[in-house]
Amino acid sequence: MRDAGIVSRFAVAALASLLAGGCTQVSNSPHARGAEKTNTLFTAFLERSPKYLDPTSSYSNDETPYTYQVYEPLYGYHYLKRPYQLAPRAAAAIAPPHYFDKAGKELPLDAPGEAVAQTVYDVPLQKGILFAPHPAFAKDAAGAYAYHALRREDVAGKHRISDFPLTGTRELTAHDYVYAIRRLATPRIKSPSFSLMSEYIVGLKDYATRIAAADHALRKDLAPTDRDLPMLDFRDHAFEGAEAIDRYTLRVRINGKYPQFKYWLAMTFFSPIPWEAEKFYSQPGMAEKNLTLNYWPVGTGPFMLTEFQENRRHVLERNPNFRGQPYPCEGEPKDAAQGLLEDCGKRTPFVDRIVFSIEKEAIPLKAKFFQGYYDSPLIERLDQATDYLVEMADSEDKSAEYRRKGIRLPTTIEANSWYIGFNMLDPVVGWGKAPAERERNRKLRQALSIAIDWEEHIQIFEKGQGMVAQGPLPPGLFGYRDDGPAALDPVVYRRVNGQLERRPIEDAKRLLAEAGYPDGRDAKSGQPLVLSFDYQRALTPEIRPKMQWYQKQFAKIGVQLEIRATDYNRFQDKMIKGNHQIFFWGWLADYPDAENFLFLLYGPNAKALTNGNGENVSNYQSPEFDRRYEAMKYEDDGPAKARLIDEMIAIAQEDAVWSWGYFPTSAAAFHQWVYNGKPTQIIRNHLQYLRVDPKLRAAKIAEWNRPTWWPVALIALALVVSVVPAVRAYRRRERENAARALAVRGAAEGAG
Amino acid sequence: MAGYVARRLLYGVFILVGVNLFTFILFFTVNTPDDMARLNIGGKRVTQEAIQKWKVERGYDKPLLYDARAAGSEKFTHTIFFERSLQLFAFRFGASDSGRDIGYEIGERIGPSLALALPTFLLGVFATVCTALLMVFFRATYLDFWGVAGAVVLMSISALFYIIIGQWFFSTLLRLVPISGFAGGWDLFVFLALPIVIGVVARLGADALLYRTMFLEEVSKDYVRTARAKGLSENAVLFRHVLRNALLPILTSTVAILPLLFLGSLIMESFFGIPGLGSYTIDAINAQDFAVVRSMVFVGSLLYIVGLILTDISYTVADPRVRLA
Repeated sequence: MRDAGIVSRFAVAALASLLAGGCTQVSNSPHARGAEKTNTLFTAFLERSPKYLDPTSSYSNDETPYTYQVYEPLYGYHYLKRPYQLAPRAAAAIAPPHYFDKAGKELPLDAPGEAVAQTVYDVPLQKGILFAPHPAFAKDAAGAYAYHALRREDVAGKHRISDFPLTGTRELTAHDYVYAIRRLATPRIKSPSFSLMSEYIVGLKDYATRIAAADHALRKDLAPTDRDLPMLDFRDHAFEGAEAIDRYTLRVRINGKYPQFKYWLAMTFFSPIPWEAEKFYSQPGMAEKNLTLNYWPVGTGPFMLTEFQENRRHVLERNPNFRGQPYPCEGEPKDAAQGLLEDCGKRTPFVDRIVFSIEKEAIPLKAKFFQGYYDSPLIERLDQATDYLVEMADSEDKSAEYRRKGIRLPTTIEANSWYIGFNMLDPVVGWGKAPAERERNRKLRQALSIAIDWEEHIQIFEKGQGMVAQGPLPPGLFGYRDDGPAALDPVVYRRVNGQLERRPIEDAKRLLAEAGYPDGRDAKSGQPLVLSFDYQRALTPEIRPKMQWYQKQFAKIGVQLEIRATDYNRFQDKMIKGNHQIFFWGWLADYPDAENFLFLLYGPNAKALTNGNGENVSNYQSPEFDRRYEAMKYEDDGPAKARLIDEMIAIAQEDAVWSWGYFPTSAAAFHQWVYNGKPTQIIRNHLQYLRVDPKLRAAKIAEWNRPTWWPVALIALALVVSVVPAVRAYRRRERENAARALAVRGAAEGAG
Repeated sequence: MAGYVARRLLYGVFILVGVNLFTFILFFTVNTPDDMARLNIGGKRVTQEAIQKWKVERGYDKPLLYDARAAGSEKFTHTIFFERSLQLFAFRFGASDSGRDIGYEIGERIGPSLALALPTFLLGVFATVCTALLMVFFRATYLDFWGVAGAVVLMSISALFYIIIGQWFFSTLLRLVPISGFAGGWDLFVFLALPIVIGVVARLGADALLYRTMFLEEVSKDYVRTARAKGLSENAVLFRHVLRNALLPILTSTVAILPLLFLGSLIMESFFGIPGLGSYTIDAINAQDFAVVRSMVFVGSLLYIVGLILTDISYTVADPRVRLA
C-alpha cells in the first residue's frame, strides 16, 4: 500500500510539473533544431526522387524544381507578366531571327514561311557568368585538373559530390551551349527532344548518325551493359547547326522557319554543359556510384544541388558564383495590389537554401504544411492547393482555419487540358470510309460531345475548380479570344442571352438518330450501340464513381459504355497500337504557344501511324486542318496567325474530334511568411523570386505547435492507477498462507 | 548439429532458387520489359528506339528463360533469368534499373530499418510477455477478464488505423512528435518514438493472447504445483519456471523473424517517411524496378531461411532435451 502511494504521488508530481509548462518548446518539428530561423525554403516532393537531372534527358514536371534552378537555358519568361513573355536568362538579349532563302540571300522578317530555307539565330551571351563550384573544374597547384585522371580505386567510397574536397569554376561561354546542342544527338542517354529538334536544327539528324558511329567505335570492345564508358567528347565532332561564332555568341541554324524555336531555347534542353563535367563523370567507377550528370548537375543558375538522398531529401543551396538577377518591377495590373512588386529591383535569389523532403502520403504533407513546417506543400505542382480550395468551399471551419493561419492560395488557369478523345481510326467513332459513313460517324461524335456534361464533371470531380473547354486552346494563349471560336464550340453550345448554354440532350438524340443509332440502337440490326472507353488507371474504388459517371453520360442518349480501365503502361500500349475507341487523356503545354496544343491534332503526328512517336492520340488527319497548321507554324503572333488558329479550331470543333473537356484551375499554396508567390506551370525558375521571413515563420511555428503534454501525463496516471489494485492484489497474494486463508474464509462464513 | 545445419543450408539453396524462379515468373507475368522501360524512361516523347535501347543496356532484350536460337548451355545462360537473377547467389546485386548501386542503397538503408525494427521488436516481446504473464497471474479475476477483452479490442483494429490515429493524436492534436520524417543523432528518438509505440501496441493484443494461452497451459502442469508447494513466490514460479518452459513456442514465433528485422517494415517506413529497406522495396515495386525487387526478395528469403535455422538452434539452448541430428 505504501509503494502504491509513492507511485501515485510521483505520478501526480510529474503531471503537475508538465502542466506547469516545463515542456513548452516545439517538439514536433521534422527539421533540424532551429532550422525554421534560417533563410531556408522548406517544401516537399511526392512519391519518389526525380529520375533525370541531366538537361539532355530531363522532361518531367517533377524534375523542374531542380533543373531550372541549377541550369540556365538561354531564355526564360518574365516572372510576373501574363500572357507569358520571353526574357533573356543567360542570353544578353532575345535574338531576332535572320531568314535566308535557298540561295543564301537574307530575306526580310515578313518573308513568307515557304520562302525561308534557313533561319539563323545569333544569341549573345552575358559576360562574366560563372559555373557553380564543382570538382570537375578543380585544378591542382600546377594548373592541371585535379580530378580528370581518376582510377577506379580513387572513386571507391565516394558517393556524393561533396566527397571530392577540391572545387573550381570557370566562365560560361557559347561553346558550352554548342556542346549541349551537339549532345542532343547522344546515343548514350535518353534525349526526348532529339526527334523534334533533328527536324529543325540544320544537320542534327546526320550528326546523330556520325555520333552513333563514333560511340560504336568507342564501345566496340565493351559489352552493351557496361557502364564505364570512355568519354564521348562532343568537342571533337562539329556540325553546322550549332556554332560559337565567338566566345559570347551562339549561332543556331534552323531548317526553314520555326518561330516556336525561341520557346525551346527557354527549356533546359538548351542549358550549357561544360565538357569538364562530362569528362569528370565518365571516369571509371563513377556511374556505378551514381556520380553522373543525372544526379549531380553542374550549372550556372542561382542554386546548386548539394544533397541528393534518393527518395528522401534533396537540398539546393545558393550558388556563391551566381551574379544575381534583379526582381522584376512590372507585371500584371493586379500584381501591385497583391504586393508582388514590393521587391522591385532587389537581387535574387532571396533564400539561401531550399530543402525538399519526401512525402508519400497526403495526410502528413498537409499536416506539416498546416503546422508551418512546409512553406509551400509542393512547389512544382498546382493541384494540391486546388484541393485546399475545395476544402475551404466545403467547410466553414476549414475556411476559417485557412484564414486564421494566413495561408495564401492564388489561382490561375494554366496551359493544361483534360479531354475525351475519339480514335479516328476506329470504324464506329472514327473517320469512316465513304462520305456518307463519314457524315454519320461525325454526327455520332457530335451527339456524344453534347451528352458529356463537363460542367457537371467539374462540379462533382473537380469541386468546381476548372473551366469547361470549348476547343483545344486554353485561355491566356495567343489565339484565344473571348469572341473567337476558341471560346465557343457551336456544335455543343449555343449563346442564349449572351450566356453560353449546352445544347439540349434532344439535339444529341437527333444527331444520334441521324448517325444511324435511333435511341442508341443500330437502325439496321437493332443491336444496342456499345462503345469502349479506355482509362489510364486501374479500376480502383476511387475511380469507379468517375467511370459510372461517364457511363451515365452516354446512357443519357441510350449508348452503352464499356469501361476498359488499365494501368498506364497498358493504356499507352493501346494508344500506340491504335487499339482504342474512346479515351481520356490530358496535355500540359511545353511552352505558351497555340502550336503546342494544335500539334496534338496534326495528321503527321498521329500516334498509331508513327509507331508511338507522335502525340496526336486521336490519329486525326484532316487535310484542311493540316494545311492551316503548316502555314500557322511559320507565323509570328499577329492577325494572320490568329485567323489560321480560328479556322483550325472551327474545323476540329465541326469534326468533334475530342469532347473538349476542361481546363483545371491551378492554385499555389504559400504561408503568410512567403512573399512573391505567383502560380505558374510555364515558368520553372520561379524559386529564385520567392522570399521568406524566417523570423515570422519561427514565431508562428512556436505559436501553432505548443505541445500539449497533460494528456500523456493523464494516460501515464491512468496506467499507474490501474496498476495499483494489481500491485495490491499481488502483495496480498504473496502474503497469503493457508492459516490466513482459512481464517478469512471462516470469518466470511460466520458473517454469512 | 553441424551436419544438420549443413543439410538445412543445402535445402536453403534449393528454396532460394525456387523463390527466385517464382518471383521472376510472377514479375514478368505482370510486366513486360517494354512496360518496365516505358515506366523507367518516363516523361513525354518516349520513342520505341529509346525503349529498345533501354532494354539492351540492361540486358532485358534477351529471352526470359530459354533462348532457342543460342547453342549449347547458352540456351539457358543467355537469358534474363540467368543473367539477372542467378548472379544474386554470388551476392552481386548490380545496379537498379534506374542505374543506382543496389548494394550501396541496402547498406545506407539498413541502419534506419534496424533503428525502427529492433526497438519495436524488443519492446514488443517484452511488453507482450509481461502482459501475458500478468494476465496469467491474475487469471480468473476481473483484471484477467478486462485484459483479455482489451487484447481482443487491440487485435481487432487494423495497424493502419493505429498509424493514422497515432499521427493525428500525438502529432497533430498534441503536437508532441513529428508526424513523419527521419534524422540521425539525438533527433532519432523524436522521429522513432511514435512508430515504435504504434508498432508495439499494434501487435500487443494478438501476441499477448497467444502467449497467455501458452502460459496457461504451463501453469496447470505438475511442476508448477510442486514449485508452489515448496513455497516459491508466484513471481519466481512465473518468471523462472513457467516462462522458461513456455519459451519454445515463443522462440518459434520470434527468432524466425529476427533476421527479417533487417528488411524493415513496409507499412511503418512508408507512412512515417523512414528511409529504410521496407520503403526501398515498396518504391521498387511501384517503379517496376525488377533489379531491386529480385534483390530484396532474395535477401528476404535468405534471411528467412537463416532465421528458421537459428530457431532450430535456439531450441537446443532453451531446452537441453532437444537434439538436432
